[in-house]
Order: sequence, then C-alpha cells, then structure tokens
Amino acid sequence: MDNIQNILEHLFRQAALVDRTIRIMEICGTHTVAIQRAGIRSLLPKNIKLISGPGCPVCVTPAGYIDALIELAGRKDVVIATYGDMVRVTGSKSSLAAQRAEGRNVQVVVSASDGLAFAMENPGKQVVFAGVGFETTTPPTADVILRADQKTIRNFSALTAHKLVIPAIEALLVSPTCAIDGFLCPGHVSVLIGADAYKPIAEKFLRPCVVAGFDALQIIAAIDRIVSQVVEKQSLVENIYSAVVKPEPLLSAKKLVDEVFATVDTEWRALGIIPESGLAIKSRYGEFDSQKKFHISIPVVADPPGCRCAEVIQGLIDPVDCPLFGRRCTPIDPVGPCMVSSEGACQAWYKYS
Amino acid sequence: MCLAYPGKVIEINGCEGRVELVGNQYNVNLVLVPEVAIGQYVLVHAGYAIQIVDEEVARETWEIFNQIDEKLA
Repeated sequence: MDNIQNILEHLFRQAALVDRTIRIMEICGTHTVAIQRAGIRSLLPKNIKLISGPGCPVCVTPAGYIDALIELAGRKDVVIATYGDMVRVTGSKSSLAAQRAEGRNVQVVVSASDGLAFAMENPGKQVVFAGVGFETTTPPTADVILRADQKTIRNFSALTAHKLVIPAIEALLVSPTCAIDGFLCPGHVSVLIGADAYKPIAEKFLRPCVVAGFDALQIIAAIDRIVSQVVEKQSLVENIYSAVVKPEPLLSAKKLVDEVFATVDTEWRALGIIPESGLAIKSRYGEFDSQKKFHISIPVVADPPGCRCAEVIQGLIDPVDCPLFGRRCTPIDPVGPCMVSSEGACQAWYKYS
Repeated sequence: MCLAYPGKVIEINGCEGRVELVGNQYNVNLVLVPEVAIGQYVLVHAGYAIQIVDEEVARETWEIFNQIDEKLA
C-alpha cells in the first residue's frame, strides 16, 4: 500500500473534483476513537466531513435495558455478570456502578465464558449475563447459552440486547434527513458478517462501502476510496482489510447465532425501534432468557431532556452543536450515552478536540 | 468494544485454549475457529478467537491495539 502522503495527495485531488461537502460515516466506535486519536479530521480536505454513526454498542443500548438489569440486581441471590463497558452507563435513574456501590452484586467479566464459569462456581446464585453489543459479541452469548443448555446449568441466563449493524445503516438511509455519501465499515465486526454483507447498502442505497482496519493509513486509504467512488459515481463494496476480513461471514459464528437467536425489531437508544435490527433468544432456549426466567420486560424510556445524541449519531449535528456538550454533559458527569462510553462520538470529540 | 487483540495459540484443549501476548497468557475460547492449530495467531474479541491471521497481521494489530487501547483506558 502507498504511504500516507501519496494517499492524501490523491485524496486532495479527488476531493477537489467535487464542489460540495462529502459526508462519510464511520460505524464502529473503535474507528471513532482511532480517527480522533490520530487527528485524521485535520489532515483531510475541507469538503470531507466525517460523521460518527451508531457504532458504539454502549451508546445504542437503551436506558430501559439498564433499568431492567438494575431491577434484576436488586433481587435476592441475583448476580449481574457484565462487560466492563456497561457498568457506568445510566438507565433512567441509576447505573450498575452506582448499584454496586450500594451493595448489589455486579460482577465484571471479560467474556461470556467467564460469566458461565462464575455461575458454575456459584450454584447458590442466579447469574444474569448482560449480553450486549454487535455481531462480535453475539456468538459468545450464543455459545454460553448452548453450553448452559448442554450442561443443564439452571442458575445461568442472559438478558440480551444484541444488535445488527446492517439494518441500522439501512434505517439511517431511509430517513429523509439522511445526507451520508459513503460508509467506512468496521474492521472486526466485518470479520463476523463478511464484507459482502454491505452489498445491499452499495447496490440498493447506492452508497460506497469500504471495510478498513484501525490504523491511520487504512482509515485514510478508505476515505480516499470512498471519495474516489463518489467522483466516479460508483457505489461498490471494497475491502482494504482483506488480510483479516473475508467476503463471506464467519460460518462457525453464524451457525451458533442462528441456533440460539431469532431476528426481531429492537429499540436503539436515541434512534428508537428499528425493524429486524436485533436478536432475541429463541423460545427453545427460553429457560436461559432472563426476561422469561424472571418475568421482566424492558421498559421504553425517553432520552434525557435536552440530549441530542440521536442527532449526533445520525450525522445531523456535531457533538459541539449540542447545548449540553462540555457544559452540563462531560465524561465525568455524562448526560447522554455518547458521552458515557469511551467509544462514544461525544466523549471521543471531547477528549481529543 | 469491537477491537480484537492478537495472540499466539500455545495450548488447545477442545474448545478451550490459551494464547500468549507479549509474554502474558490468556484463556481463549476457540469454538469459532475450530481449525486452529498450536503456533497460529488469532484475533481475540471478548475472550473468543474470531479469526486466524498471519504473524505480520498479528504484530500490526498489536501495535494498533496498544495505541488505541491506552486511549480507551
């Protein structure tokens, strides 16, 4: 691959051929952080605008889901096993961190496997694994549910809010206010779904999609490819991270997920209900579904007053355009979900701008 | 949250295994890469290996992971 200087020169020449702003959305929180960290915005032609889309799983998990976890944490003998990212996120009133400080059982785990192991080591406790995230974290949740089923482990279940990236992109594109020209597609989510998964975006919605890794060279090369496609009036899927991402999905993962989960309409924080964008545990594995086991539902909760995260992750405004940004809403005392997560658009903007 | 780190597979016991990363060892679940062999490099996400990669990719990924993750911490 060329060096950064050559790619940037090509990018400037291409961008100069377009007499309007080209808006490129990244849909992976790790890309958001990498772009801010490397100061990539400052290197780009003036008419290229990068937008941080709904790619941070913590940011798009609805407040009602956190409320449901908190309710479960308050029940006798229940332990919540959760990824560390979720602990600080507030629901409508509180967070798991605050609940833990008050003595509730909240166990941070690095993997779903550890959550299951914790249940096996603590047969007197009911362990609820908080299964959130995109296609990268769904296969592990499916795996532990299958293993719990095979080993008849009765004190383990999962409260899941897993989400699918492609339906979310499509939902953004059908919105009449959408003004996105192309997508920088995630590196490691794409390992699971395969680069071909973006073909509907390219073919039906006519937007260039380029899969890239996380270093500055790959990100800038992807931006250059998207802009070049805009210039050529093309909309193709390109994969410049082919050492890691294949065209096809990871079949071992797809098999696990298809066995345990069914596609459902689901709520995204700030975006509302998106059709067929989430996964629910099939009734066959209902005894491992915390919602069924504990007879709880996930309430729909309004976003905090004044918070404009919804517009931020649709690319309608920049984080700084929100009146709360940096004043009422900071990483220390966040109001909106995009400020809570280290991969959130607002927190990344706040830290590196 | 969706950034995988690389590791060298040093032990395989069914679907469970261990990977080594700059001198440290971690448990890893191998159910998603059943064809993996000892000595190969994998990308690990949330405790699960998601892809087999060559050594050069593993090294590059480690450098990126190191840069980004210190900012995430």
